[in-house]
Amino acid sequence: MEATENTHAQDHGHHHHKESFISKYVFSMDHKMISKQFLITAIVMGVVAVMLSIFFRLQLGWPGEKFQILNAFLGDKWAPDGILDRNAYLAMVTIHGTIMVFFVLTGGLSGTFANLLIPLQIGARDMASGFLNMLSYWFFAVSSIIMLASLFVEGGAASGGWTIYPPLSALPQAMPGSGMGMTLWLISMVLFVASSLLGGLNYVVTIINLRAKGMKMTRLPLTIWAIFVTAILGVLSFPVLVSAVVLLLMDRSMGTAFYLSDIFIQGEALDVTGGSPLLFQHLFWFLGHPEVYIVLLPALGISSEVIATNSRKPIFGYKAMIGSILAIGFLSFIVWGHHMYITGMNPFLGSVFVFTTLLIAIPSAVKAFNYITTLWQGNVRFTPAMLFSIGLVSTFVTGGLTGIILADSALDVNVHDTYFVVAHFHIVMGMSAIFGMFAGVYHWFPKMYGRMLNTKLGYAHFWLTLVCGFGVFFPMHFIGMAGAPRRYYSFSEFEFLDWVMDLNPYISIFALVGGAAQILFLVNFFHSIFYGQKASQNPWQSNTLEWTTPVQHMHGNWPGALPEVHRWAYDYSNPEHEEDFVPQVVPLKPGEHAH
Amino acid sequence: MKLLILLVIILAVIAIAQLTKVYELSRSLRKNKEEEISAADNKLNANLMLVWMFLFFVGTVFLYVRYGDYLPVSASEHGADVDKLMNVNIWMVTVSFFIVNFFLFYFAWKYQFKKGRKAKFFAHDNRLEMLWTLVPGVLLAFVIVYGLITWNKITGPASADAIQIELYSRQFDWTARYPGENKTFGTASYNLISTSNPLGLVTKEGIRAKMDELDAQIENVEHQLAENKLMPLMPESYVATLEDKVSRLKRHKQRIADIDENSVNGISTWESGNDDRLVKGEMHIPVNKEIEFIFRSQDVIHSAFMPHFRSQMNSVPGVATRMKMTPTVTTAEMRKITGNDSFNYILLCNKVCGAAHFNMQMKIVVESETDYNAWVAKQKMFKAPEVKETADTTLANEPKKDTLATAMGAK
Ligand code: HEM
Ligand SMILES: [Cu+2]
Ligand SMILES: [Cu+2]
Repeated sequence: MEATENTHAQDHGHHHHKESFISKYVFSMDHKMISKQFLITAIVMGVVAVMLSIFFRLQLGWPGEKFQILNAFLGDKWAPDGILDRNAYLAMVTIHGTIMVFFVLTGGLSGTFANLLIPLQIGARDMASGFLNMLSYWFFAVSSIIMLASLFVEGGAASGGWTIYPPLSALPQAMPGSGMGMTLWLISMVLFVASSLLGGLNYVVTIINLRAKGMKMTRLPLTIWAIFVTAILGVLSFPVLVSAVVLLLMDRSMGTAFYLSDIFIQGEALDVTGGSPLLFQHLFWFLGHPEVYIVLLPALGISSEVIATNSRKPIFGYKAMIGSILAIGFLSFIVWGHHMYITGMNPFLGSVFVFTTLLIAIPSAVKAFNYITTLWQGNVRFTPAMLFSIGLVSTFVTGGLTGIILADSALDVNVHDTYFVVAHFHIVMGMSAIFGMFAGVYHWFPKMYGRMLNTKLGYAHFWLTLVCGFGVFFPMHFIGMAGAPRRYYSFSEFEFLDWVMDLNPYISIFALVGGAAQILFLVNFFHSIFYGQKASQNPWQSNTLEWTTPVQHMHGNWPGALPEVHRWAYDYSNPEHEEDFVPQVVPLKPGEHAH
Repeated sequence: MKLLILLVIILAVIAIAQLTKVYELSRSLRKNKEEEISAADNKLNANLMLVWMFLFFVGTVFLYVRYGDYLPVSASEHGADVDKLMNVNIWMVTVSFFIVNFFLFYFAWKYQFKKGRKAKFFAHDNRLEMLWTLVPGVLLAFVIVYGLITWNKITGPASADAIQIELYSRQFDWTARYPGENKTFGTASYNLISTSNPLGLVTKEGIRAKMDELDAQIENVEHQLAENKLMPLMPESYVATLEDKVSRLKRHKQRIADIDENSVNGISTWESGNDDRLVKGEMHIPVNKEIEFIFRSQDVIHSAFMPHFRSQMNSVPGVATRMKMTPTVTTAEMRKITGNDSFNYILLCNKVCGAAHFNMQMKIVVESETDYNAWVAKQKMFKAPEVKETADTTLANEPKKDTLATAMGAK
């Protein structure tokens, strides 16, 4: 055993020791480095998206007020005298949403943790294809750059909302943002999808083929199950977005009419007939709804892992958790119509979507109850990761419940496209997924960088983020119920909304403080990469395989033979063992029955 | 106010700078390792769980009390059903919210780390899992059935004697069209839209005028092209643009030629539009009469949102959408109910449609049927513009803003 380990280590050293800076840090094919590349890129994109939200929150909180800081950032064109321009407002909202959903919480979240955890937790030396994996990152990087560049073009960035419904997005005459900015948006998304597909195929193939000896599907940690289903959802739904986007590009520049019909705009009757704007919506939401689970499932997987580890208890109902993930994944493909109840879609078809959508609430409820039961009679250790995971359960439940109202077509009519929706999806998708991502970073930072993040700063970061997050989004339910539409530059034109609008300054103050709180995280993160306390091999006394690798990164992950797996990932506080955790590599004791 | 924001930001930045300092300090003071959560930290966070839960719940109750009356009583018949459904749902959701969040934060506090205690090895329990699959299942079955019953009531075709009103949207205003005395809308085609005919209503004269206008444009461009044949001065690309323009204009003509003339109630649909009433800025509807709205859009998708009537429907270019509704409370009555003498019902655009989306609104007036009829009769009728023998041969674009005033004045 010793001997083989040594030869293998030498073997690896021999193959890889002549690495240049470029092949190690830039065009790396090592999954751990690629994971870090995704994370850092996502952090940069996240900072931009938060800044954009601060800009438009200033306008919403104090409409018409002059903020020199806006002028300083956006210039005389987009914020003359420090007042945000109306078109610029829509551009900021659109790019904010796009970056958050796709770049931070899809590319960033999946890219970081799928890459880091798949090989490490299933016991593989790397991804099935290191090369595709590298391409996946570089497509992501280029598409990020294009998306950011679109903020600076003449006419401004895409402004039709992150859902870019045509004809608004198809006709450059319709608004300034539908010019060059929209073209760049579409190109960026095509590259983004290429990145997702390269990544996703790789994840699926790796999980199916490269599991270590003994790592049955029923012994996989829930993180891997969640990532597995996420990758399948992505592979099945993203191509549909590409087709939607390509058809839109053709409508924009080649005179086709997939989405356009009978339009008179800017003094001209357009030469297009026979298309349907609703076709785009069907295609978009066929991706769009699975997309929200692509965002959410990895976060749920991370929190399952973190909650079990830090409750020192097995995750409750492991099989039910897998079943729920599969059920949610499957159902997410047949609910897209709940975004289209009031488009003129046949009301009977609407009824079908009501039914399928509300079915999703069942596996979601099972997950929530299972998390809470995992805490019950546990021995709960409050690491920052654990705090964020508990926060995630709260946001998932709170935001999920309002989904019941939105799923009900008869009620959706009243709140569709209002701030109620903004509240709902920010809590259930935005906050939950961001919390999951933070939980993952705090939990696996030692694995990524070999050092620890500071715990105290982590605590402050969590509590400020939790309070400010709910402070921003919870009151929006009430603004929406009162009838305030989303994507509105200002609400000063409507008397009937005046009485709820006194909430807006408070919301904006929460947003400012919450945004500032993220500085704590940034400082902690970048400081600890270099100066954090050195991590030990298994800092959280965890069972999963990644904690059996050496702290120092190496190609191939394990110095010797690959580990062999003998039990599931959740033997915490198993009464048949002395310690309160039993790593997956520990063989069963004589007479012990496997779980 | 600005001062306050500035203050908050400065305080936040200072606080954060301080925290970072604390980090440095605590680093040097700390003896135990980062990964070992101290007893004090565990206790602190456990207690904060309870404090947070308390704040969260109190805040929620405060918001319900202060902002829970989101809209005045429904002003439409189906709206009353919708409100009932909404209240049942809100109750269910709110109670579940409190229960589940309570257990989450309470357990987190109760089972905080104690050295030497071992957690209970409790991996699954079929009875419990069955319980929380079935309970949500039953509740959701109820929500689905109740919701769909309401949905079926509020959708579906309007009755035959419903009053029809067309709502026509474009960047950035609404036009209401009433079918007039003959109770029949005239056909409309986007190909005939012009300054004097903002909805593109079809009339013989209108078609002729538009055809003449297009002919003149075609002639003009073809003339330019012919001259260029003799003496090629234009760049290739410009020639291509002009040729493209000719074929587009010809297709435009063809589309106009394809407009069918039908007959409804014995009147040609090219004539039934003559008495249509087009109104901007304000729409009147009669109380206690079923109304069927027909939505059409000129340019991009808009959405007609009438929060007080619990109604909303998208307005989509190329596809007419429909929605029925019966108003039950007149504007005057609602002013009494809300105690606000200047109260007005409102129609908002609720699908992002461009820069002025946030201000694309229309006043709605609900009044008795007699008042309504009198009001409609007072509105000017649409009549097609007289045929002008246009000698207009310039290629200039049409003016970008058409006003209804000219349309009305054209009669
Ligand atoms: C920094 C904290 C955040 C603040 C203050 C914030 C605020 C807002 C507000 C007020 C809007 C609505 C603007 C409007 O409709 O006019 C909005 C839109 C949106 N936000 Fe956020 N948000 C934050 C974080 C997030 C996160 C984490 C996500 C991830 C899912 C997200 C995704 C979106 C999306 C998808 C939209 C819709 C954009 C559109 O209408 O096209 N936001 N945000
Ligand atoms: Cu959806
Ligand atoms: Cu609009």
